Parts: sequence; structure tokens; C-alpha cells
Amino acid sequence: MLTFIVRRVVTIVPTLVFVSMLIFGLQQLLPGDPAKVLAGEEQDPAVIAHLRQTMHLDRPLAVRYLYWMRGVLHGDLGESQRSQQPVTTLIAEKLPVTLELACLAIVFALAIGIPAGVVAAVKRGTAWDYGASMLALWGLSTPNFWLGIMLILLFSVTLGWLPASGYVSPFENLRANLASMVMPAFVLGNAIAAVLMRHTRSAMLQVLSQEYVRTARAKGVSERAVILQHALRNALIPIITLGALEFGTLLSGAVLTEQVFTIPGFGKLIVDAVFNRDYAVVQGVVLVTATAYIVLNFAADVAYAMVNPRIRLG
Amino acid sequence: MTDTLADRLSAAGGAPDGTRSAPPAVLTGRTHWLRRLLRRPMSVVALAVIAGFVATAVLAPWIAPYDPLAASFSDVRKPPSASHWFGTDEIGRDVASRVIFGARASLLAGVVSVLISLAIGVPAGLLAGYAGGSIDMVLSRMTDALLACPFLILAIALSAFLGPSLTNAMIAIGISATPAFVRLARGTTLAVKAEEFVLAARAIGNAPWRIALRHVLPNIVPPLLVQSTLAIAAAVIAEASLSFLGLGQQPPQPSWGSMLNTAKDYLDNAPWMALWPGLSIFLLVLSFNLVGDGLRDALDPREA
Repeated sequence: MLTFIVRRVVTIVPTLVFVSMLIFGLQQLLPGDPAKVLAGEEQDPAVIAHLRQTMHLDRPLAVRYLYWMRGVLHGDLGESQRSQQPVTTLIAEKLPVTLELACLAIVFALAIGIPAGVVAAVKRGTAWDYGASMLALWGLSTPNFWLGIMLILLFSVTLGWLPASGYVSPFENLRANLASMVMPAFVLGNAIAAVLMRHTRSAMLQVLSQEYVRTARAKGVSERAVILQHALRNALIPIITLGALEFGTLLSGAVLTEQVFTIPGFGKLIVDAVFNRDYAVVQGVVLVTATAYIVLNFAADVAYAMVNPRIRLG
Repeated sequence: MTDTLADRLSAAGGAPDGTRSAPPAVLTGRTHWLRRLLRRPMSVVALAVIAGFVATAVLAPWIAPYDPLAASFSDVRKPPSASHWFGTDEIGRDVASRVIFGARASLLAGVVSVLISLAIGVPAGLLAGYAGGSIDMVLSRMTDALLACPFLILAIALSAFLGPSLTNAMIAIGISATPAFVRLARGTTLAVKAEEFVLAARAIGNAPWRIALRHVLPNIVPPLLVQSTLAIAAAVIAEASLSFLGLGQQPPQPSWGSMLNTAKDYLDNAPWMALWPGLSIFLLVLSFNLVGDGLRDALDPREA
């Protein structure tokens, strides 16, 4: 197990280095003098001079990268040009909101995706299977910002049941918080439910053809117990590890969902930063999400290897 | 696009038929996957819908009842009627005409960004898979790095630094989608490389680049074709998303994503503004997904 972990860490390090190079390299795409672009519309010479100094613009690219990297490793992602706050503070402020949204979205995704996948596998080739597949295709093909708009139209504008926007902190008023989060969480969970359904269906089909399932049936275990206790339990392992890979979908989706429902989270942070030309924030957000993705992926791999010896030995 | 690739496929002659141990679908001779695809009613309907959208985009100036940019302040936010089938928007432009012209941005972005991904991803994947060793190591780690950045967030960051425009959105989407193509091309190359006909080609003294281009490349086309179709679906959504955020097609030029962004602010008095652009994205994306799924099944002999 230890060698497996070490082997994975060895591949992670160069990946992280490439990620950091990529994100640092984004700056190079800016046309013209980065200090002038970053200084914003006023082009204050003092700001430009300050930027030139802090960004070490007179030094070669490789040296600038090392300076930047040293900051990153010390937890310094730079400063927002707009609010003058450290990027890390801004991220720490917005992250909990998106995490709540993401967790609720996963609840929706699991509650829809797994049962639908189980039903599709158990009733393979029937109308149920077909219906579940259609549901998955629908989930994968609906742009989630449009789904959000349509839900607002139905539940906020027409029926007046739920607020269209306006985030309330759960510590202030849990009820109002949930009311403002239920639609965005459903919208975000919808696409992931589709992916989970497909994974569940194929994992269940694979498990259901195993001999121990036949044995369980043969010894007279009820069909319900065969499916839920024997099959689903084993099928869940690949489902959950594959599900961890949906983290990126979740964050990409959160950007749009937060925009539609005006939720002050991570996604709103990067979009606002883009329009304010607050490049340090954009870089910081991408760096944090990419690192989180790599770490999560690693954790999923390790978890998978822990329950499945064939992976770590193979 | 299907036709040219189909031509290339049959021109390539295909690989020996038969048993394979590797999971990626190796082309099974001149099996008529196109015919198998056309036997699926859903795929046929989806292909017809795509053809309809393409025709709409190409013929937009002749089909659209109005100029998509012509504002009319006497017709602001009029509900659908005989003169304006889909209603009018916040400055009196005809929504139907804008939806028709909007097909251009979506289809263009879908196809061009996938072409960008193919142009970078296939050579890189072929090289990594065929050359192996340290080249493979470096290319694979770079791919992992790109894959680690969530697709849309990377596209947003790229278009932020490149500047908002439809062209830059296509470049950003194309680059963000590239790693999936590198992985696929690399994986299938590894599988094909182990096939006997490649060993035979090597044994008779072909140069490595010749084997890679003439023997390996034609055989990795089928899975790439499936991936491309599904990637167009993802790219159409991505373009709409970027335009929705204001990073794609710039106003006043029509795009479904930016139309939805405006429509969001008029939901209580002009809900029709939000319906048609969204429905168009959904239909186009669904069709590409259906064709992609159909192609995958048609190209995979195990499913037939």
C-alpha cells in the first residue's frame, strides 16, 4: 500500500508543477506590458512602478516564475487589484458558500442518480431502463444556467414559492438559506445525477452478473436484499470513486449556477474578477481548484486501492 | 464533417477484422458502421435535427424574418404573435431572427473548438503513445495538469486573459477540451501499437513516422470520431456558457448564451425571451449527444 501511495505522489508532483506553470503562464497571454494592463484604467505611474517591482518584471520569465512560486508555497497568492485584499482571504471568504451549494448538489445527485441507475440495471431493457437513460441524456444536454432560469420562471415568477436570488447565511436563518439554495442545488446536482446514473447502471450490471449474486439468489435471499445488500454495496465503490472525478463538473457548474441565482460564492468571485480584470484572483481561483482536484483524485485513488487490492498490486 | 471522416476511414482501408483484447475499438475492416448508425431511429432523428440547425445557420439571412440587430422601440418586449413568432426582446428586436442567427455562433464554436482540440490533441497523443519513454511522461503530466483544471474554469480564465470575443472563446474551449483527446489518442495508440499488423509494418522496415501516420492513425479514428461528436455537444454548451457570462460572442451580435443572459433580467414580463434560445441549445446538444452515443454503439462490434 505504501509503495502505491509513493508511486502516486511521484506522478502528482510533476503534475502540480505543470499546473503552476500553466497558471503562471496565463499572464503571458495578456497583450502588451502586464504592469500597464494590471494597473487598470487609471494607469497610475506609481501603481505601474509598484507592480513592476512586486512582479519582478525586469527579471527573466523563469526567475519570475520562481518568485511567484515561492509566494504560492508560502500561501501568498497575491493581492486583489480591486479590493486590495489578499487573494487567499477572498477565497477563504467565498469558499464555504460554494461548498454548501456543492454538498447540497451532491445530495440531489446521489438521491436521483443512484436509484435511477439501480432501477435501470435491474430492469435492463425495459421501459424503466429506457426512461432512466432518457433522463440521463436530458441531464447531460440541458445547459444548467437555462434550467436555472426556467426554474426561476416556474417557482419564483409564476408560483412565487421560492426566492429567485438573495443568498442568506445558514447561521443567520437556516430556513431562508435552504429556500434560497434548493433550486441552485437541484440545478447543479442534475447534470451530476446523469453521470452517476450511467456509472451506477454499468457498475450494477457488472456486479449483478457475478457468481456471488447468483449464489445469493440460489440460497433464497430475497431479490430486494440481493440488489441492495449484495450488489449495490459492491457497485458503490467504483461509483463513488468515479463520482469524485465529477468535482470539476461541480465547480464549473457552480460558476454558472451562482451567476444565475446571484449567490456570492467561488464562481461569482472568478466571474467578477474576470470583469474587473483582477488577474491575481483569477489565477488564485484556478490554482486552488486545480490543486483541490488533484488532491481529491489522489484520495479517491488511494481509497479505491484500499478496498480493491487488484489495483495496488497490478 | 462526418462525410470527410467517413471518406478518410474507407480510404484508409481499415485494420484486420476480428478478435481484440484491448478495449478501444479498433476499426473492424470495412464494416458498415454508418449503415448501423442509420438503423437507429434516434440517431437518424438527431442527425436530421443537426442538419436542420446547419441549414438554418447557413441560410440565416434568407430564413430570418427580420434583421437580428434591428431595434424597434415601438415593439419592445412584445409577446409571440403572427408578426413576431417568438416575440421581441428588450429593445424590440425579433427573437426568432436572433435565435436563427444565433445558430451560427453555436455551431461555429462547436466545430471550430473541436477542430482545435483535434489539431493539438491527436498529434500529441499519437506522439506520446507511439514514442513512449520520457516524451510520453512529459506529455502525460502536461495533460494531467490541464485535466486538473475544471473545463469551464480553465476556459473562463483563458478567455479572461485573451480578452472576450467569440474567437477567443473558441480557442479557450478548444484548449480546455484538448487533454481528453490527448488521453484518448494516446490510449488507443498504445492498443493499436501492439497489434500484429503494426509489428509486421515495423518488421518490413517502415519508418516510425510512417507507421504512426499510415498504420496507427487510421485505426484510432473511430474512437476519436465518437469523442469529437460528444465534444461538439460539450463545446456548444461551453460557448453558450461563456456567452452567458459575457465572455463569448459580444453584443449586439446574437448568440443563444448572451440572449439568455439578457432574458434572465426580464423573466417577469418577457419570459418568452428565455424559452427559445435555451430550447435551441438543448436540442442541438441533445442531438450531438445522441449521435455520439449512436456512433459509439455502431463502431463498437461488441454492441452490435
